[in-house]
Amino acid sequence: MKPLVWVFVEQEEGKVHPVSWELLGKAGELAQELDGVAEALVLGHQVESVAREAISYGADKVYLIDDPVLQYYRNEPYAQGVINLCKKYKPEILLLGATPVGRDLAGSIATSLETGLTADVTGLEIDPKSKNLIMTRPAFGGNIMASIICPNHRPQMSTVRPRTFPLPTKDPSRQAEIIREELGLREEEIRVKRVDFIPKDKVVNLEYAEVIVAGGRGLGKAQGFSLLKELAQLLGGEVGASRAAVDAGWIDYEYQVGQTGKTVRPKVYLALGISGAIQHRVGMQNADFIIAVNTDPKAPIFRIADLGLVGDLYQILPPLIEAIKKERGHGKA
Amino acid sequence: MNILVSIKQVPDTTNIRINPETGTLVREGVPSIVNPYDVHALALASLLKRLYGAHITVITMGPPQAEEALKEAVEFGADRVILLSDRKFAGADTLATSYTLAEAIKYLAQEAPFDLFLFGKQAIDGDTAQVGPGVARRLGVPLITYAVKLEIIDQEKKEVIVHRKTASGVEVLKVTLPVLITCDKEIADPPFSPLPELIKAAQTKPEIFNAQRPIPYKREKLGLKGSPTRVHRVYTPQLKSAGDILFVSEIGVSEAVEKIIAVLKDRGIL
Ligand SMILES: Cc1cc2nc3c(=O)[nH]c(=O)nc-3n(C[C@H](O)[C@H](O)[C@H](O)COP(=O)(O)OP(=O)(O)OC[C@H]3O[C@@H](n4cnc5c(N)ncnc54)[C@H](O)[C@@H]3O)c2cc1C
Ligand SMILES: Nc1ncnc2c1ncn2[C@@H]1O[C@H](COP(=O)(O)O)[C@@H](O)[C@H]1O
Repeated sequence: MKPLVWVFVEQEEGKVHPVSWELLGKAGELAQELDGVAEALVLGHQVESVAREAISYGADKVYLIDDPVLQYYRNEPYAQGVINLCKKYKPEILLLGATPVGRDLAGSIATSLETGLTADVTGLEIDPKSKNLIMTRPAFGGNIMASIICPNHRPQMSTVRPRTFPLPTKDPSRQAEIIREELGLREEEIRVKRVDFIPKDKVVNLEYAEVIVAGGRGLGKAQGFSLLKELAQLLGGEVGASRAAVDAGWIDYEYQVGQTGKTVRPKVYLALGISGAIQHRVGMQNADFIIAVNTDPKAPIFRIADLGLVGDLYQILPPLIEAIKKERGHGKA
Repeated sequence: MNILVSIKQVPDTTNIRINPETGTLVREGVPSIVNPYDVHALALASLLKRLYGAHITVITMGPPQAEEALKEAVEFGADRVILLSDRKFAGADTLATSYTLAEAIKYLAQEAPFDLFLFGKQAIDGDTAQVGPGVARRLGVPLITYAVKLEIIDQEKKEVIVHRKTASGVEVLKVTLPVLITCDKEIADPPFSPLPELIKAAQTKPEIFNAQRPIPYKREKLGLKGSPTRVHRVYTPQLKSAGDILFVSEIGVSEAVEKIIAVLKDRGIL
């Protein structure tokens, strides 16, 4: 039998987290090297459309568990579903997004299957000799990179950061089989009940922003972020922050970029008053273009900036905002 | 209520330095702390004890020096502290760690079953967030990760409400104890230690469990042997090469602004 490279497709009310498709794209590459197949697991309620979408993103087969118990994500039934599938089909590799859902789920699955799990991976490749999966992740705050293998247990499992791999192109004409499986759990057997859900006013979508205007301790005060927000809004982007700015209480944790924050991949990343510590860099160094403004010419951010400006951010920001407003004005006229 | 808290002693990673020549960690002089999320787990246990009365057991797996972390736990009102320490435990990945902790918890639960298991959402040295979910599986208790609030709604029926942070909002979950919760910072703030507990903490000698006593562990499931994952290679990340560095004092503000605008246009943003 061909080795199976599996991706858990994470969806909320039928809306799929893009990291699942990014992983499906990568799974296709890994499968090729293993002479195997890339397959998707879709769990949820009334999610057949998600299964079809998975095929258009490259799944060679989809396993679908469609059950009212899976209406919204809960650890117990979702873990049970995936564990049963793994026991039945014995995949070689199982990949999940390093999202709150993926990380909640992966630890439970790996423990039940008594296999290894590598968290928060930023690189995947197949060892040409042993055919093992090499999973690379930053360790010790990003100071070093560690490659992890799981040679004697299957599946080889990891959670992978969003934006690590590119989104594959969608091909709606692709055809593949959908295999329906039973969950075999009744609502009465599930111990955790959701009684309410308080949605966030604004979901910060940093990982997928095209422009990020990020500020660090160099802003000096919370109000600095209002300038950054204005600029980000003008550019149709998002605000980002270093941990120092978050720790100072100037901005919420969800805006944090880096090792313990988000990994981003915008077209342009503006780093304003950010020194560029390694833990920050691991989260943003894959931006297409990095602009840094910092008063200290020795700041490590300049080692990775495509355009480095040594100077005071407060000198540059207001005229920059003015200039962009003018540009926008011309654009409309 | 019978509460178990699992804490880990970690190097204060803010102070970590890498030897640029060897690419290895400089451990000398790096202070150890209780993993920050575990401090909030301890704070929650302490709060519940003050509100409802509780017996708090705290365990940690680590080298002998992890005893210090347990002393800190006593300051939070821990009634019993246990150190799982043995060379055979060393080198454990999350699978072996969850086995070692879960077996100890099962052993301790023989005396009196636990109602609540509190873990940190993740340990800052590895950031894996896998040990809590692993232990929940091994104990067969329901798991709630990323918890930011816990309320006891019915003490008799042992019903609790837990708020859990997700990517799109906060889930309000109801569950009957026992449950294993991994705690985020918002769950509770550390209290000031009253003096008697500080004195008690200083005098505390934790109970030590090793690989044979009081639990005859399965050797092959411990430490490096019991860990399916292996470190294949360790290296220092490559820096991508830098572009132009210009001094605003030399080129002037308007030129600097123009440079930025040019990039934004070139990249299709403006
Ligand atoms: C385990 C671990 C995980 C971490 N995770 C993260 C993470 O996810 N994300 C993260 O960002 N950090 C993280 N850190 C922290 C990281 O090590 C740095 O401490 C942090 O990134 C520094 O933030 P900063 O650059 O804003 O502050 P600083 O390092 O203090 O830099 C401020 C910069 O602003 C410049 N500046 C000052 N005034 C001005 C001005 N007027 N105009 C222009 N420039 C000015 C200064 O020259 C300086 O370079 C982590 C650390 C550890 C140990
Ligand atoms: N060696 C250990 N001893 C006790 N508890 C631990 C240990 N390692 C991890 N934990 C617990 O598991 C949580 C998550 O750790 P981790 O999975 O390593 O990120 C921590 O916050 C602790 O509550």
